[in-house]
Amino acid sequence: MGLSTSTKTFAERLEDSKKDTFARAAVAKAQDAQWEKRETAREELGNWQEWRDIAESIRQHTLKYLPHYLTEFSDNVAKRGGHVFFAANAKEANDYVKRIVLEKNAKKIVKSKSMVTTEVDIDPMLVSLGDDMDILETDLAEFILQVADWDEPSHIVFPALHKNRDQIREIFAAKLGYEGDNDPVNLARCARDTMRKLFLKSEVGITGCNFAIANTGDINLSTNEGNADLTISIPKTQIVLMGMERIVPSIKEAEILDNMLARSAVGQKLTTYVTFAGQKAEDESDGPEDFHVVIVDNGRSNAIGTAFESILQCIRCGACLNVCPVYRQIGGHAYGSIYPGPVGSVLSPVLGGYEQYGDLPYASTLCGACTETCPVKIPLHELLIEHRKVMEDELKMHHDGSFVNMEMNAVGMGTGHPAMFGMAVNMAHTGLSMLPKAKEVTVEGSLFKYGAVRKAPALAKGWTDVRDLPVAPPHKEQFRQWYKKHKAGK
Amino acid sequence: MKVSLFSTCVMDLMFPQVGIAMVEVLERLGVETELPEGQVCCGQPTYNSGLVKESMLTIKNQIDAFEDSEYVVGIAGSCSGMFTEYPHMFEEGDPYKQKAIDLANKSYEFTQFLYRVLGVKDVGATFNGEKATYHRSCHMTRILGEREAPFILLDNVKGLEMLPLPHLENCCGFGGTFSVKAPEISEMMVTEKMNDVVSTGAEILISADLGCLMNIAGKLNREGKKIKVMHIAEVLNNNVDLERIDKVTNPVFAEA
Repeated sequence: MGLSTSTKTFAERLEDSKKDTFARAAVAKAQDAQWEKRETAREELGNWQEWRDIAESIRQHTLKYLPHYLTEFSDNVAKRGGHVFFAANAKEANDYVKRIVLEKNAKKIVKSKSMVTTEVDIDPMLVSLGDDMDILETDLAEFILQVADWDEPSHIVFPALHKNRDQIREIFAAKLGYEGDNDPVNLARCARDTMRKLFLKSEVGITGCNFAIANTGDINLSTNEGNADLTISIPKTQIVLMGMERIVPSIKEAEILDNMLARSAVGQKLTTYVTFAGQKAEDESDGPEDFHVVIVDNGRSNAIGTAFESILQCIRCGACLNVCPVYRQIGGHAYGSIYPGPVGSVLSPVLGGYEQYGDLPYASTLCGACTETCPVKIPLHELLIEHRKVMEDELKMHHDGSFVNMEMNAVGMGTGHPAMFGMAVNMAHTGLSMLPKAKEVTVEGSLFKYGAVRKAPALAKGWTDVRDLPVAPPHKEQFRQWYKKHKAGK
Repeated sequence: MKVSLFSTCVMDLMFPQVGIAMVEVLERLGVETELPEGQVCCGQPTYNSGLVKESMLTIKNQIDAFEDSEYVVGIAGSCSGMFTEYPHMFEEGDPYKQKAIDLANKSYEFTQFLYRVLGVKDVGATFNGEKATYHRSCHMTRILGEREAPFILLDNVKGLEMLPLPHLENCCGFGGTFSVKAPEISEMMVTEKMNDVVSTGAEILISADLGCLMNIAGKLNREGKKIKVMHIAEVLNNNVDLERIDKVTNPVFAEA
């Protein structure tokens, strides 16, 4: 799957999501539920804005000294007998993982949910290693997607948000021979039975990494199901994939960020399991004997030193998705990237380029809800404008859509000169008054005083495709005319 | 006290009655107004489209137009919010940097000016027991940072019952050019907003931003819904009881 989740155009994906009324209702419901939980979790912490400031400064500091902390982390992993590999791209990450799996002659692999493994597309590589390979996603939602023929995730934190319990029951019945009802408890039991068998026999465990602790060489994972803990403690060989920015100086900073993460992502003080782990020490009873960390760039360094650097502050809590009114309507799959929502609209073009993801920065009303909620204070909506600026002003790859850029340039001219602005106002009236009107105006008040336009061309076409446009007042009734007379009458 | 009116292009193009209401409310409170001739649009449509270079002419023009003003009072939260973004657009050392900061510091949205600067909560407006709901615009709330002023003024309108709007924090799908560039998504958003408005049972929909109001009203009209739509300036200018008008007190936020 990789970063891209679809070969369709943005418009085609939008059409699909519009039709999927179930997924839309599920997203809206999940957003509403998350809102309260998140607000409560924030209030309990107190001084939320100060916590955000601290979290932001931790992330900014780490990014500023990224080479230093990555080196420190790498040295500390090595000191304990582990291995660190820096992968410039998805292929290098896959090749490294493949080499380890082949060296171990491993056939049974357990994975714990990780966005970066999806981003670099580890699963098909593992599957391709032989018919006898047994690969298991152990996060319940990821497991459901895997059983559903590796369906694509639609949310960073709740990847199977687009499926309901009836659909899950059908998937389990078809693929796992499940015969029970759609009760989540029974469904979870079925998943657990399947998982436990493989957990105990697993030879290699693969996880992501919420944060890497530079001064100890440990990794930090947050889960609610304990699956990451089993993935780390049972297999002898452990492979951790992490985005190169997911690092903190010490456990103190991780503690703060874990607090912000759990509260923002799932409205909990902390997740049920918050684990710090690394290479097994001599006197420890469990943990990996062979510990590998793959630090993945895969386009992240495109952001370093640019206006987009702050997107690397992201801690993948998904809170911006949970408040985004656009995500609410179109759902995760419409974005065509495994990183959907506001963070995805900023990050996907950084990682994958404008040719493929250039539509995403325009899929926003710039309402700022994402920026307001982000626990590490990424100015998400400003970065969306920044992307548009790069595309329009620097790369000249004009984004047309239903809205031709020439017309937008004309707007710039019209609004820049007082005289032209006056002319534009008059022309707008003349133009609008000539268009076919709605027979009846039901909305009362002064907004539709001069009638309603049903079908307008050019700039206003997109508008009247979905709603009516009030008719502009005649020249002699315009505000500036009234104001002149009003002042003269004084 | 004299204020310069920032008339905004949606009002200029479409809704003179809203500007008139604003002038009448301000003058009733003893505020002298002027309408600087050189003003145009705030530059948001082009700026938000990524045409940042092309916006600078508009933005500098606005800064110049209001250079000598003491207060700049706008009829739309979103457009006044744009003024607060201007300072970020100029490098240190650019002569427009300080001018942009000055403009941002003296700019207010209409209800914000009434409440924060004039210290007025009741402008004497009166209704006959109608039920209303208020749509909060994202830019006024988040960019300009004004969450309270409209609600306080509306709570003091006699005979108007305010009903809470579900999903108050959610955007209506206007988003300036978004509404014409991405009409499919915009429609999904405005449909939910329309349904939320209808679900309150309110007879009047109020907002302080004409863009949002035009969007929601446009959808309501397309769907044949019967409801009254009013800009908050029109509400605050409705059937005014002169006896009840608050005296202009000391500015609540003197640092402005």
